[in-house]
Amino acid sequence: MASKLSWASRAASYLRVSVFHRGFTSVVKDLKYAKSHEWVKVEGNSATIGITDRAQDRLGDVVFVELPEVGAEVTQGSSFGAVESLKAATHVYSPVSGKIVQVNEELSASPGLINAFPYEKGWIMKVEMSNANEVNKLMDSDHYSKIL
Amino acid sequence: MSTPQTKIVPPLINLIRYNGLPILQQLHVEEQLLRTSSDNWCIVNDGTEDPTIVMGISGVPSDLLEIESVLRDGIPVIRRFSGGGTVIVDSGTVFVTLICNKEAVPDLQPYPRPIMSWSGHLYDRVFRGIGDFHLRENDYVFGNCKFGGNAQSITKTRWVHHTSFLWDYDVRNMAYLKHPKRVPEYRVARDHLEFICRMKDYMPRSMFIDRTIEALETDFSLRCIEPNGMASFLDEKFRHSTRLLTRQELEAANYASLDEISMLS
Repeated sequence: MASKLSWASRAASYLRVSVFHRGFTSVVKDLKYAKSHEWVKVEGNSATIGITDRAQDRLGDVVFVELPEVGAEVTQGSSFGAVESLKAATHVYSPVSGKIVQVNEELSASPGLINAFPYEKGWIMKVEMSNANEVNKLMDSDHYSKIL
Repeated sequence: MSTPQTKIVPPLINLIRYNGLPILQQLHVEEQLLRTSSDNWCIVNDGTEDPTIVMGISGVPSDLLEIESVLRDGIPVIRRFSGGGTVIVDSGTVFVTLICNKEAVPDLQPYPRPIMSWSGHLYDRVFRGIGDFHLRENDYVFGNCKFGGNAQSITKTRWVHHTSFLWDYDVRNMAYLKHPKRVPEYRVARDHLEFICRMKDYMPRSMFIDRTIEALETDFSLRCIEPNGMASFLDEKFRHSTRLLTRQELEAANYASLDEISMLS
């Protein structure tokens, strides 16, 4: 379970109101992590992917998400889209290979979900994995916490 | 016996200077160098010929542009690969772009705020003793008037920070742009012409470019590349995401916008 954020700071982030910089970053157990700060939740052959709390914190208020196309193929480590915050378009990278089966359309109207709920409602895409063994190359939560 | 100190050699940066390169071509060069080169680059483009509108990656024409005027006058509209807002550029605009590997600047975290802050220090040196220069939120200002707008694109291993500097501008061109929904807090309630200022009121154009190059030498060792020497760094087959919007797209955006207005009324 994610570390608890105060309701006020999560709501403020969702509403795009400035919040003070938190002194901690949440990492969720049972997810896998890429060095480029994406997380993946594996359920059978399905992978749900988003960016971590550390990533959203460093990027600032997200104002736009360039979502990939459903049906497109991704490979582990390749860019699948971009997140815009402040004046920057920052690329995001797929932690696994496979076919995109769903994207989070809610992010079009509410990109701030990535800031407020990076591990839950702020998910970006779901992939049907072509090689489940690739997950073994990713970090677990303990290892990811150590590199922060 | 004392040990000799190891001289720290600053990283190399390739400097290329263009004069009036069309902004679409400039952005294409930048996007390709970001994605395919492993060198650091500084691109200076002194003006671009025809007035052109450049939107950021998320730009929506109906939100940002007076489309009917844009269509009537045939103003090109580009959507670029980086974030940030909308500008109208012309021969009065000076462009400075930095494309760097993430380890090029020691201890610089490759995220928007640190890169922006580092750029502010670079331009502190450029404008020392000239005007009241600041990096204010994400803009370069003299006092509280903006003269430089910034945008970035950040990948796993590299980043671009590019700036359009308002050397001069044609007031009539500003009429093509709507008041954006997102404005910096320091703008307060000022309209566009009260919010921006002209660099030419502060320093000669050549002095700005010379000082920028000089400021870069604090962090980099420069290697000059001639424009006609760029062919070896660029591939004609590269697929850019930066593109010119078609007339059909602008017309469709205008039609959808008018349709929405009529439904609301």
